[in-house]
Amino acid sequence: MANFFDDNKDLQFHLEHTDLDDVITKLENNFTENKTYDYAPRNLKEARRSYIEALRVAGEITGTTVAANAEAVDEEGCHFDHGKVEYASGTKQNMKLLLGADLGGITIPRQYGGLNFPTTVSTMIIEMVSRADASLMNLIGLQDIGETINEFAEESMKAKYLPMFTKGEVTGAMILTEPDAGSDLQAVQTKAILDEKTGEWKLYGVKRFITNGCADISLVLARSELGSKDGRGLSMFLIEKDDTVQIRRIENKHGIHGSPTCEIQFNGTKALLIGKRKLGLIRYVISLMNGARLAVSAQGIGIAEAAYREALKYAKERVQFGSPIINFPAVYDMLTWMKVQIEGGRALIYETCKYVDLKKVYTALNEHESDNKEYRERAKKYSSIAALLTPLSKAYNTEMSNRVTYDAVQIHAGTGFMKEFPVERLSRDARITNIYEGTTQLQVIAAIGGILNGTYEELLKEDYDNIKFPTELHNLRETLTSIRSMLNKCINVIAEVNDKDFMSYYSRNIVDMATDLLIGYRLLQFGIHNEHKREIAKLFIEKAFANTLKLSEPVMKRNKTAMENRDIILEV
Amino acid sequence: MEIVVLVKQVPDTANVGADAMKEDGTVNRAALKAVFNPDDLHALELALEMKDKYGAKVTVITMGPPKAVEILRESLYRGADNVFLLSDPKFAGSDTLATSLILKSAIEAKAKKFDIIMAGRQAIDGDTAQVGPQIAEKLNIPQVTFVTEIESIKNNTIKLSRLSDEGTEVIECKTPILLTVEGGFNTPRSPRVKRMFKYTTRVKEIHSVIFKSIETKNYEPNQNSVNQMMKELISEHIIG
Repeated sequence: MANFFDDNKDLQFHLEHTDLDDVITKLENNFTENKTYDYAPRNLKEARRSYIEALRVAGEITGTTVAANAEAVDEEGCHFDHGKVEYASGTKQNMKLLLGADLGGITIPRQYGGLNFPTTVSTMIIEMVSRADASLMNLIGLQDIGETINEFAEESMKAKYLPMFTKGEVTGAMILTEPDAGSDLQAVQTKAILDEKTGEWKLYGVKRFITNGCADISLVLARSELGSKDGRGLSMFLIEKDDTVQIRRIENKHGIHGSPTCEIQFNGTKALLIGKRKLGLIRYVISLMNGARLAVSAQGIGIAEAAYREALKYAKERVQFGSPIINFPAVYDMLTWMKVQIEGGRALIYETCKYVDLKKVYTALNEHESDNKEYRERAKKYSSIAALLTPLSKAYNTEMSNRVTYDAVQIHAGTGFMKEFPVERLSRDARITNIYEGTTQLQVIAAIGGILNGTYEELLKEDYDNIKFPTELHNLRETLTSIRSMLNKCINVIAEVNDKDFMSYYSRNIVDMATDLLIGYRLLQFGIHNEHKREIAKLFIEKAFANTLKLSEPVMKRNKTAMENRDIILEV
Repeated sequence: MEIVVLVKQVPDTANVGADAMKEDGTVNRAALKAVFNPDDLHALELALEMKDKYGAKVTVITMGPPKAVEILRESLYRGADNVFLLSDPKFAGSDTLATSLILKSAIEAKAKKFDIIMAGRQAIDGDTAQVGPQIAEKLNIPQVTFVTEIESIKNNTIKLSRLSDEGTEVIECKTPILLTVEGGFNTPRSPRVKRMFKYTTRVKEIHSVIFKSIETKNYEPNQNSVNQMMKELISEHIIG
């Protein structure tokens, strides 16, 4: 049994090389918190040490108990009986251990009993949980709704509910989706009715596909402005589970069996308004979703990491034609590419986390000192970078997770199709990651704006154009320059064609090119540190170049075949 | 309510290599990872459950080389209130009689008013299961072995279950009492990270008292003196 932090050199590398000093210092109010809280660090060194200690604890629990329980949890699944949902017995044990170790309120401020950690560290914990049991991530990750409560709810609500999360007494859910409101949340119909006399809100309606819908505390998106039709009539509410929350069924799913997916009916459920009316979708859900998207990115990486390790182990052990199959080019081609994609995905997610952390601390500072120009400008800048990178990371890492688990099954061949080997489960668990919290196609829509409006190019300029790469990396930097030039040409073509459908159709190509390029730069930067990272960067950039040729070609040629002739092709 | 838990750091006999035994036939502790004796961890968990339920104060005592302070830290992280390390070169090679004498003396010196003493059923290095019962004899208190569960503690009366050859016995008896706890009937909790930060960054919380055969030393509660203490102990101690 392993410790999932100690055995993961790449995760340690990222903790060491993600520049969080500014974030930590601001998050810790210049290390003044230890006067009030005996577990608060007194300086940067102690803070960093506390992260490592927490990661080790999480690594131990996930690497031993959670990983050992995963197969049984998948087999047992969740139970549903007369409206009551029960987790698999392994899940219960996992939750008890993780929440009992103070890992329930990782990013929540200490005044509510949390650890006050940066998102970068909590994301690492999420990644390890996912590697051990992807379905558990949904339950642990949903503790994140505490963060939304912290950000937007009134002080009295924070004081009441946040300690429940940090003590690990409750689980959470975000209740958004309805039968007719999936990707299009503007269509939400669940009603929130205000009793003018008592000032109390009550919810009526049906929600579907709700992860952990049986939670004790949930955030619900509902229509508070009766008669309205779009997103501006929706508000966010907090509910406590009671008899008016009827779980109608749980879904029988392809993967993540340990996580109950519920259909819920609200029959006049008492609800508390979060923040302001009408901002439910346009402000709070976006924030909630962005947190969840980062968590699902980490889930993708965690599953991929588990699958890669299984495939590597199998390829070393399995002998065919008198040799372990790892020695065959067709096999090590898959394995090396899996490894490179995982490290690439990690480069992207922890870079994203850094900007999310910067955004959070500067937004908070800006709220306290609204006349400080530097804080305001930084908050704005980091918000737009985080808004760009979060969907990029979600799209890349969840698609990557599917590719890696697919190849992991392929390396196992027939064995991998059997339930006895973990890759079978992992490939099923990965499949949801690029669907929920916004499909990849929706992530592309969320990201394309930032690429076309110059935020992306500005980020590259600032972060990478002034780096002095050693001579042996100059060739690779040149390759990245070529990719960048092809991408920019495509962006120009999109502007020239000036057609919404054309832009929309090729958004995926643009987003994929931009993602490869950004990861390429980050990996090249890591290449300065050691030989392993250099070779990872080399293989990634070589493949990214070929991929860019493929992706840019139809844009440059302004191909519109599918756009213009889809009826003929589809025979509809 | 005062609970004393007796714990031991043991070589990880679950993962044994070729160099696990020395030429003289004794365990080569240097070659094996040192771990919290599994049954003791279950005993600690049972004690901590009583702390959760009744607000008991939990004191953990171990005898061993300086390195054994690791399991005391582990105990603090999990929720123990107080920990004591008993360490002296003269303790090396103690058999169960000597060990139980030393532990009994420490209990008398450091936890005068205990209600319950708990220990794991046995340690995975020696497998004797004798130390707990011998301490009860020396303290002249009742003992229950193979305990699996404590149902209640009320008015100096404890109701508990123990394994027997035929099944489970439910017993009621008066405290003070010594219990040896059977492994596998509870899930030991994980260390709590908040307590870890508290105790690793603030050594002042650890009041380490070292019993030597001729003297008792009290150290100032700060990092430097703890380092000094560790240095002295390591230089004096013969591991074996």
